[in-house]
Amino acid sequence: MSQSLDTRSSPGATPGEGPDATRQASPAWRRLARLALRQREVSIFLAGVLLVLYFQFSNSAFLSTDNLANLVQFSATTAIIAAGEVFVLVSGELDLSVGMVYALTPFVMFFAAGAGLPVGLAVIVGLLAAGAVGLVNGVVTTVLGLPAFVTTLGTLFLVNGLTLTISGGFPVQPTASGTFTSLFGASPLAELGWAVLLALVLQFVLNKTRWGLHTIGTGGNPVGAAEVGIKVRLIKTGNFVLCAALGGFAGVLDAFRIGSIDPLAGGNDIMFAAMAAAVIGGTLLTGGSGTVIGALLGAAVLGILKDGFTLLGVSAYTFDMILGAAILVTMAINVRLSIWRDQGEG
Amino acid sequence: MADASTGRELLRAEHIAKNYGQVTALTDINLRIDRGEVLGLLGDNGAGKSTLMKIFTGFVKPSSGQLHFDGKPVELSSVSHARSLGIEAVYQDLALINELNVYRNMFLQREPVKGRFLGILDDKKMRAAAIEQLDRMGVRIPSVDVPVAKLSGGQRQGIAVARSVYQKARLLLLDEPTAAMGAKESALILDVIQRLKDEGEMGIIIIAHNYAQIFDVCDRVNLVEGGRIVFDKKTSETSVEELTDMVVREYREARRSVQAG
Ligand SMILES: Nc1ncnc2c1ncn2[C@@H]1O[C@H](COP(=O)(O)OP(=O)(O)O)[C@@H](O)[C@H]1O
Ligand SMILES: [Mg+2]
Repeated sequence: MSQSLDTRSSPGATPGEGPDATRQASPAWRRLARLALRQREVSIFLAGVLLVLYFQFSNSAFLSTDNLANLVQFSATTAIIAAGEVFVLVSGELDLSVGMVYALTPFVMFFAAGAGLPVGLAVIVGLLAAGAVGLVNGVVTTVLGLPAFVTTLGTLFLVNGLTLTISGGFPVQPTASGTFTSLFGASPLAELGWAVLLALVLQFVLNKTRWGLHTIGTGGNPVGAAEVGIKVRLIKTGNFVLCAALGGFAGVLDAFRIGSIDPLAGGNDIMFAAMAAAVIGGTLLTGGSGTVIGALLGAAVLGILKDGFTLLGVSAYTFDMILGAAILVTMAINVRLSIWRDQGEG
Repeated sequence: MADASTGRELLRAEHIAKNYGQVTALTDINLRIDRGEVLGLLGDNGAGKSTLMKIFTGFVKPSSGQLHFDGKPVELSSVSHARSLGIEAVYQDLALINELNVYRNMFLQREPVKGRFLGILDDKKMRAAAIEQLDRMGVRIPSVDVPVAKLSGGQRQGIAVARSVYQKARLLLLDEPTAAMGAKESALILDVIQRLKDEGEMGIIIIAHNYAQIFDVCDRVNLVEGGRIVFDKKTSETSVEELTDMVVREYREARRSVQAG
């Protein structure tokens, strides 16, 4: 029998008011550092700032408007997909298919518009198709009990084949009014706006709503969550749908930005980039813990790395090696930091 | 108060059985508990106590058998269904989410929300209510803002008990609620159970290894063995010594059958 109870015995003391008094013992700077580092997002933010400084000193074109637009174009849609991936990861699952949904959705939109639907509705039809893939992922995973890795590996190939079939393998051009086109991704500011807006809204959903709470519960302790009556299958499925819909939306944004819908766009590259962004940003693969803002910053850091090294004339092959090393280093640091954080509070 | 007249019956289990594939967890359970009654459920490890409790919470579906709640037959379709009838539980594994802080755990799946369908959490309300409830129960924790992962086993059990008690249950199920607690914490929990019992309406089932500890608060004791209730007596008609004799005998028989087989 361990007696590890806090033995303050005055029954009148209000729990929840005591700790601040005890914590004042540690020096101010350490408390500040701990407070800052307790937010997982802070470390990735600092890394981003350091990288920007480094690249700006190496090449003064880095902070030019043109290059910043470039940066946004690479990062924004990755960040949107990463936000969806965060929800799936926090609920304790994983989605490999989202990059293929990214490629499929604009085609569905294109055909819906071709069938006479106004473009706004066509976008919605595309997103419904994306959501349907998420629904399949969710139902197969939670009802048949397949590991999400297997389910979404299957839908990855299925959706890719479907996209190649309905497109015949050739790119097409989306048509919409100028305003619609720029609002939906053609203007870098609009694309940045979507990424930031979605990140803020989804961060709020994750941390301040029932849906987010039950998502964390489901991933953190699936049995316990079910024991208190949380519908864990529904939560997981809902998050697969959300992730797929966000993947589809990112695909639509890029289609309008590029002015062309390519059946080979996105795919596994953007899926892995999104996954990397989520993980670098502080989301755990084990479920129960994650941050959408962190994923947004993670996508930005990936974009900064890619863009910065391109400016420095580093080849794409070298870049992949650097990226791999960067993931390993940031993750190692993150793990150390979170251990330190936990000890600091014990 | 422990006098069992049919009008006071809260829950009755008839011929409850449960198999997990080849494993038979429960063979034929017949059990009854009245309003205001505290029932102690004893039995060896693996006897099926937790399984029985999970059947009462709607978390596990029985393979066969019938439950009656308030004198009416019920089929518990889900945990939410059971909770809507007023059945609350402290599971042996506590069902706490390590990543969430104390007050969010306390209100898990019963969260006060704002903004209607948006389901925005009312953290302020949860926090204040959690502080008050834990204080009233004498559960001492450093702060309700820390993730429950940072707390001791006894503190976590205190939170799980406080959560189930907060809901003003009609039937409260406690699966080894003091297993990780020191003597002082256990006494606090037993005090809470005694207070709830004194209010006279709540039925309480306590599963406990340390039956000497709960003996005084119980009105009746049942012993589960081989998936059946093999012993059912009021505490006024038995004693800790008799229970000890039974458990020792059971242990000897179990050992003999292992040696024979
Ligand atoms: N989910 C499950 N799947 C398979 N077997 C289980 C499961 N839950 C319990 N059992 C088995 O049922 C029996 C009773 O377990 P349990 O109810 O936990 O006993 P107790 O709480 O009395 O120790 C044990 O043999 C256990 O292994
Ligand atoms: Mg048990």
